[in-house]
Amino acid sequence: MNISDIENIEMNLLVDAIYHRYGYDFRNYARASVERRAKQFAEKLGFEYISEMIPKLINDDKFFQKLVREFSITVTEHFRDPTFYKSLVEKVFPILKTYPFIKIWHAGCATGEEVYSLAILLKENGLYNKSTIFATDFNDEALEDAKQGIYAIEKIKQSTANYQKAGGKKSFSNYYHAQYESILMDKSLKENITFANHNLATDGVFGEMHLILCRNVMIYFDKVLQNKVINNFTDSLVKSGVLCVGLHESLLFVDAEKKYVPLAEKQRIYKKKFSSEIFQKFFKK
Amino acid sequence: MKNQEVKAIVIGVSAGGLKALKEIFCGLPAKFSTPIIVTQHLYPHDVSNMSNLLNETSLVKVIEAEDKMPIKENHIYLAPPNYHLLIERDYSFSLSTDEKVSFSRPSIDVMFESAAYVYKDSLVAVILTGANGDGAKGIKTIKKLGGYCIAQNPKTAAYPTMPQFSIDTGDIDKILTLKEIASFLFFKK
Repeated sequence: MNISDIENIEMNLLVDAIYHRYGYDFRNYARASVERRAKQFAEKLGFEYISEMIPKLINDDKFFQKLVREFSITVTEHFRDPTFYKSLVEKVFPILKTYPFIKIWHAGCATGEEVYSLAILLKENGLYNKSTIFATDFNDEALEDAKQGIYAIEKIKQSTANYQKAGGKKSFSNYYHAQYESILMDKSLKENITFANHNLATDGVFGEMHLILCRNVMIYFDKVLQNKVINNFTDSLVKSGVLCVGLHESLLFVDAEKKYVPLAEKQRIYKKKFSSEIFQKFFKK
Repeated sequence: MKNQEVKAIVIGVSAGGLKALKEIFCGLPAKFSTPIIVTQHLYPHDVSNMSNLLNETSLVKVIEAEDKMPIKENHIYLAPPNYHLLIERDYSFSLSTDEKVSFSRPSIDVMFESAAYVYKDSLVAVILTGANGDGAKGIKTIKKLGGYCIAQNPKTAAYPTMPQFSIDTGDIDKILTLKEIASFLFFKK
């Protein structure tokens, strides 16, 4: 048996232990990334083998918390992939305008930069007041950061450039206050945002949504879990509701592909088909 | 090289990459079956045009890897800008937005190490021109798992640092010029 096979066994045992002990389910996470993070964590702490962490995490829940944090770091920025946000305004906002009220779910919001970005665009396009945004993540620390809306001042340059590329109508500086080494997002952006803990891997459907954004989160899930999550999204969406995924994620490799029609394929913006459209597809021989 | 079937070829390249890759791909026939996976250092906010530029001269189709895309024969895959490219044991791609490694995302080390664990002794790795040391750790891992490692001759590389770092690990099996690399791969089918 070679090291790769051995490590695979260790990883299986590790994620099983975590699941049975704490109920966090990493068994259907994309294995390559989890394995890489587990290895790095083990190395950092001086363990020779990944499996050495198992007895410790079972008996020491503070150690487990540290490990979970390693497994749930996500990188994000304001108006990440600005061309996506531009398309969102051009292709999706006209649809949202037709609703009397709008419910939006930002799944896997991490530290919140993208939620505030969405809020800014909704405000600039007169849609904020009738919108409710649910921003969820399973990482409580990240959620807390998102709630605070405080970001490092070094990020401004990139955020401002992104805002402009995304078609921002005013100035990004309209939306934050600079204080010492950070920026604080304007309070008015938070009014219609609810931050909540939700675990995509284990929790179920979240309300009747007009728009769901889940970007660069499912890259960490395997095909099985991604299918399950997208099916949950499909159930969460109203008729003709819109789903947005990350730029290099695709519905092409998922079963649920048949339930969506692309609104902007390159930007990974999809609209849920009417059930009659799905019905027809099955009968078109 | 031992008579081992080569199931995948991984290439790491940085500064000077477009020219180097063009030269190698020019030497491959349209029916070249072994999948080739390339990690090239790019500016994160570039619109990725690499595949178009490479398709101008490559007979084998060059496409950008997507999350969960299965790795197929007769294709050349490029890591998308600003993501690490990893390989799953079911021979599909997965992406990550983890922190940069050796100041790079995509990082060659990350892709090489991931490929090593999946392809083991049926992997050929090629490290080309570049200005930093990304890839050297990956080469060590590939060797550890039985793969075969090639470095571009630093004397002929636009930027010799990267292949030299890999050579310095002691785990490079052959040092070749770009033309020689193309022939070597050609004969691997």
